[in-house]
Amino acid sequence: MRDRSFTPSRMLIYLVVVLVAVAWLVPLIVVILNSLRSNEEIAQTSMIGWPLKWAFGNYLTAWSDFCVAQTCAGIRPYMLNSALVTIPATIFSTLLGAVAGYAISLWRFRGDQWIYGIVTLGIFLPQQMRLLPWTIVLRDTGLMNTLTGLVAIHTIQGLSFTVLFCRNYYVSIPQELIRAARIDGAGFFRIFWRIILPLSPPILVVTIIWQFTHIWNEFLYGVTFTTGQQQPVTAALIALSAAVADIPQHGVQSAAVMIAALPTLLIYLIGGKYFVRGLTAGAVK
Amino acid sequence: MTDTVAAVTRTARPTTSGVVGRLPEYLTIWVPLLLSAAHLISFSLWTIWISFTPSTLVPVTGWVGLRNYTSVLATRNWNIAFDNLLLFGSAFVLLSLVTGLMLAILLDQRIRGENTLRSIFLYPLAVSFVVTGTVWSWLLNPGLGIQKLVQDLGWTSFRFDWLVDRDMAIWTIVIAAIWQSSGFAMALFLAGLRSVDSDLIKAAQIDGAGPIRMYRRVILPTLWPITITVIVIQLQFAISTFDLVRALTNGGPGIATQLPALVVYDLMFQRGLLGRGAAAAVLMLLILLAVLLPYAAWRHLQRRRANHA
Repeated sequence: MRDRSFTPSRMLIYLVVVLVAVAWLVPLIVVILNSLRSNEEIAQTSMIGWPLKWAFGNYLTAWSDFCVAQTCAGIRPYMLNSALVTIPATIFSTLLGAVAGYAISLWRFRGDQWIYGIVTLGIFLPQQMRLLPWTIVLRDTGLMNTLTGLVAIHTIQGLSFTVLFCRNYYVSIPQELIRAARIDGAGFFRIFWRIILPLSPPILVVTIIWQFTHIWNEFLYGVTFTTGQQQPVTAALIALSAAVADIPQHGVQSAAVMIAALPTLLIYLIGGKYFVRGLTAGAVK
Repeated sequence: MTDTVAAVTRTARPTTSGVVGRLPEYLTIWVPLLLSAAHLISFSLWTIWISFTPSTLVPVTGWVGLRNYTSVLATRNWNIAFDNLLLFGSAFVLLSLVTGLMLAILLDQRIRGENTLRSIFLYPLAVSFVVTGTVWSWLLNPGLGIQKLVQDLGWTSFRFDWLVDRDMAIWTIVIAAIWQSSGFAMALFLAGLRSVDSDLIKAAQIDGAGPIRMYRRVILPTLWPITITVIVIQLQFAISTFDLVRALTNGGPGIATQLPALVVYDLMFQRGLLGRGAAAAVLMLLILLAVLLPYAAWRHLQRRRANHA
């Protein structure tokens, strides 16, 4: 039944799988091609077509020229905003999650299972339930419409995932290892630094990729808590398509979309295996 | 910093006044965990509380009972959103389940290039819904995308204008959502197929079962716990869908593709009706709990049974 020969039924399997794969790639190919066609060319034909003249200039315009709302600096400032939110929030939530996951799984303290249960509920709680309180908290702390505010939100909310990932990874480390180290006089941080961290790269990669992808792609908080020049790139893309609704610039817009998607796509290309591991790990909870 | 921490923990170990010495470690354990847990609990309660107050532009104290809920439930906006959620939720979950299972079974036939194909089916999950929604809005736009292309090729009577058709627009969201997350179902099913007991398969082969019978009688029945997990996760995604609709149809044409998450946003930040917005958010939570609580109970039972066995 399971051989690698090319019988007719196996040809059929290949045919179906390849057709579906092509269909899955169509949106990506269409955007890439459009990002290299001039706005006029697209307007004359359709969004689906081969570039007659390569318009590499779209990327330059998208990066630093076109106008969103009143400012004409391209997508660059919003990419920078996204990076300034995503990178610190990913690092903080991963580090704090690793320490907390280590404490819960190996150090054990009173109430650990309770607090673990509550924290991981955050995976399910809809963002809509937290929108108003975050609005009030950000306003009262003066962090409304700041990147710091978004970093704080993503760090605290990200803990639900990072604690889950790390705790589930660390529980498989034998308790004896910790006990032996404690007898030798090593404390909480020393054990973490010397024993746990060197064992952690696989789970840290999964966690970092997961957090980066999710924070970079997040939209609701970005659009609710920031305006104008403070917005992350996802919110800016929506503002852009609203701004050019009258005179569409589909070539430039496609280039902007590609630029915005590039960081997470690249990470997926390089570390796809770890991304999928995060997906399925979140699912099993 | 690390030096002092190490010094503190080292010297504090033998002494009895360990609590002060272990302060840094208590702080690093408890502060993040308490912040996370406290924000989850207090924010939920806070939103629930606001849903019972007459808050409009700013939160105010006061008690209006269930009035916010009754007025949200009476709006056309919410009712359309709820009907859409039922249609979108069931169509999307069913179709992505079928697509995912089909792809998983096909990929399980030891085919060449499996890794590449798997990466192709999963890549949409790494991209923002804002990006994919925008791209699908172009492809499905009758004046720009597929319809225009086919008409330009000569079939001038070809119509594919669901995006601007009130009755069909919700299906454009189904299409985009299936494209985006069938790969997830595929990944879970594939993991399930790979963990089917090989003795079971051998036994069936000895009994002379052909490939189709093998799947129907032997392999697929072992996948039903995974199926339930996939259904629950996809439903959870459907219930909170926001970005995709915002980028693809923005709830339109008119309010034809409204979904609960858009109603919440609209009430809270566009109409300045915080009390009603909070009530709509709580209603969303209740819909989610209607899915998650039975699932949690089922998981609990499964685990207990596994422990007893």
